[in-house]
Amino acid sequence: MSKRDSAVTLALPVSERDHAQGPADAAVTLVEYGDFECPYCGRAYPIVKQLQQRLGRRLRFVFRNFPLKEIHPHAEHAAEAAEAAAAQDKFWEMHDRLFERQFALEDSSLAEYAAELGLDAERFARDLAQGAHVPRVREDFRSGVSSGVNGTPTFFINGVRHDASYDAETLLAALERAAKQR
Amino acid sequence: MVVAKKHGPRGPLAPGTPAPDFTLHSTPDQTVALRELRGRPVILAFYPADWSPVCGDQMSLYNEVLPEFQRYNAELVGISVDGAWCHAAFAGARKLHFPLLADFEPKGAVARSYGAFRDHDGFCERALFVLDKGGIIRWSYVSPVGVNPGADGILRALDALGPDGRPA
Repeated sequence: MSKRDSAVTLALPVSERDHAQGPADAAVTLVEYGDFECPYCGRAYPIVKQLQQRLGRRLRFVFRNFPLKEIHPHAEHAAEAAEAAAAQDKFWEMHDRLFERQFALEDSSLAEYAAELGLDAERFARDLAQGAHVPRVREDFRSGVSSGVNGTPTFFINGVRHDASYDAETLLAALERAAKQR
Repeated sequence: MVVAKKHGPRGPLAPGTPAPDFTLHSTPDQTVALRELRGRPVILAFYPADWSPVCGDQMSLYNEVLPEFQRYNAELVGISVDGAWCHAAFAGARKLHFPLLADFEPKGAVARSYGAFRDHDGFCERALFVLDKGGIIRWSYVSPVGVNPGADGILRALDALGPDGRPA
């Protein structure tokens, strides 16, 4: 009995709940399930930036949290920090900051980044202390598990899991192909 | 893509088959018998080897997903041909919260009995089995050996067991 008679697809379609860069009607949507402390996601970060530059408005990029908190002790709080920043309309700024400073993700560093990004520091600290964004991070994680996320980063292109390598050329070719198929 | 076979000596045991019992070492001085796990759903995850060099390898992923499995009261065990000492080191390094069983002597015998051994390679397939609380296989799947199968199929199979671990 095979569960994989067809391609593995996103269980939770991209919607207004998501953090997205690029137009909703872009030719191609790239979803990343990622972990801010995962070195492979760290390597994928500049690759995604490159793809965004190359494809411009033809690409919509969505990031969902998939913290592997058993192996990455700071991943859960980093994900919650990104969501806390999102609550103050600064998700992408925090997303970028976390990947660029992946080597420093302790709570004190998270607070510094919040201050640097001009967030309401008290609200940010309160959100983290109270676990205000735990349910959202968990919802992302569960949606990833249900979608066949099998490690980080896992990418989906127009809803279909990308199982090939995620170097820039391979991803770009896959995105171009998906854009044409639409 | 390699598609799991439903029947035949070369494929994994099919749904409806009673799961063959076994007793394997979980640590150098402890064993786990499958029959001891009766009464709750069981997930058997055969995998090729400890120490695959990525974050989010199959066993680490399942370690993260464990709370989701526990919502179904399900017991997860990983099984490979690695020895108990190797498993102990691997489980320690990855902080795994579920047992890894050593199908070590005779090598791969349990995997063979489930149709989940790769003769030419000498290690287990990436084969998943979900058992109901009565020890009957309700779902099985073999992934291409290089592809981490994820946990979505397991969760769907657990869901299909219904609230008491048997299909409604």
